[in-house]
Amino acid sequence: MKVTDLFAKGEFVVSAEVGPPKGCHIEGVVEEAKEFLSGINAVNVTDCQSSVMRMGSLATCIKLKEAGLTPIFQMTCRDRNRIALQSDLLSAAAFGIENLLLLTGDHTKLGDHPQAKPVFDLDSVSLIHAVKTLESGYDLAGNELVGEPPKFAKGAVVSPCSDSIDAQLAKMERKVLAGAEYFQTQAVYEPEKFIAFMEKAKQFGKPVQLGIVIPKNAGMCRYMNKNVAGISIPEDMINELAADKEAAKAGITGVAIAARIIRACKDYCQGVHIMAMGWESKVPGLLEQAGL
Amino acid sequence: MLITQLKDRETIEGLIQGKAFVINCHGCKEVHFPVSEAEALQKALAEAGKLTGCITTDYICNVENLTKRLEKHASAIAAAETILVFSCGVGVQTVADMFADKRVCACCDTLPMPGFQGVTPLEYDCDQCGECYLNLTGGICPITACSKSLVNGQCGGAKNGKCECDAGMDCGWERIYQRLKMLGRLDLIQSPVQIRNFATDLEVSK
Repeated sequence: MKVTDLFAKGEFVVSAEVGPPKGCHIEGVVEEAKEFLSGINAVNVTDCQSSVMRMGSLATCIKLKEAGLTPIFQMTCRDRNRIALQSDLLSAAAFGIENLLLLTGDHTKLGDHPQAKPVFDLDSVSLIHAVKTLESGYDLAGNELVGEPPKFAKGAVVSPCSDSIDAQLAKMERKVLAGAEYFQTQAVYEPEKFIAFMEKAKQFGKPVQLGIVIPKNAGMCRYMNKNVAGISIPEDMINELAADKEAAKAGITGVAIAARIIRACKDYCQGVHIMAMGWESKVPGLLEQAGL
Repeated sequence: MLITQLKDRETIEGLIQGKAFVINCHGCKEVHFPVSEAEALQKALAEAGKLTGCITTDYICNVENLTKRLEKHASAIAAAETILVFSCGVGVQTVADMFADKRVCACCDTLPMPGFQGVTPLEYDCDQCGECYLNLTGGICPITACSKSLVNGQCGGAKNGKCECDAGMDCGWERIYQRLKMLGRLDLIQSPVQIRNFATDLEVSK
């Protein structure tokens, strides 16, 4: 099932994210996804998130699909050149993986192998273009593909609370022109900024899923404020988490905050994407509190 | 060493808006400059009435040197809307920074050759990528100013205008966006999808 078909039917699309393990045993991730994420529309699988080496996204997508879930194959341009990226896209199609999220990717310096060569032969925009080119039956060099070309739902990301919103909108437009069909956003903590962003982004006519990271504690929030692009968590939200450490630890406060953000924003977007970061078990409760 | 190679004649003609002033850099000795091709092209442009003036000098990457040498061309420069720069990427970036109110255009692609590199100031860098992007980026090089050398706009990693892998480095694409905005050329942000040609890069392809 392509998520673009769900958007076309007017569904409010809910997805969540899982990260493959640093190891070759995927059973735990699959079991957890089956238990907590089988009620939602799709499950993103990150591609060596934060430049930390892990099991591959494509292999994990295949395992999730075998378990009856709908995976979204995240692909970054950090580790593969255009030959490897196109090759993996064909591999994905062969395994029936239909949903993509196409990103530039973090720099290698941010991860656990800072000595690695950063590739960035393509970037998010040219990767979207590459997928569209494959869909037309040709590769990037203009060679014809054998047989029926693949067809994907092409997703991209945007950062609605970034400090340079106009540049983000310009980049979003560039992705739309290249062929992006839906968007997932960076984590949102400031509904009013998101709503203002959506006012401007609706001109592109592409569905947008609100990005949510459940805040775990005050320390995590301060870390993200300092280090993560496009995120500035308001001080009173941080105080709310700091006020009752037990409630924060149990996830009660974080889920309540996340649910509140979803309720404030859901009328302005076409879906929600939850990056639970280990708190996958809290996703069903969060969606219930958010009224989804 | 490095080689500067003229862009297509149609490309260069397409860069001119209003009239143009030409700056040729015969530069450091390490550069091979296509003297006769550039002269022929500039002669044709002059005959077509497209030029207000021309200077051929060296080390245009040195701001003080260039400022001095341009003094007697002040009226010709004032009459020009476009400045065509025939040099390596460093020269183009230097001129683009000096004339924020003009359309400063790169007329050459710069390719590397083995051996010593030219002498350039540290503020600007040219990676000799062989397909100069400066005409799309307001004279700020995305190959050297962006830590990922992205050619289709900024990634999502900049925080407070700083690069995700170096808090002391401005995001190159944020700088490009602000420069294009100042120049009234934000239309360039929506340029066709760019894909680099690494076959021109002797370092990468060897």
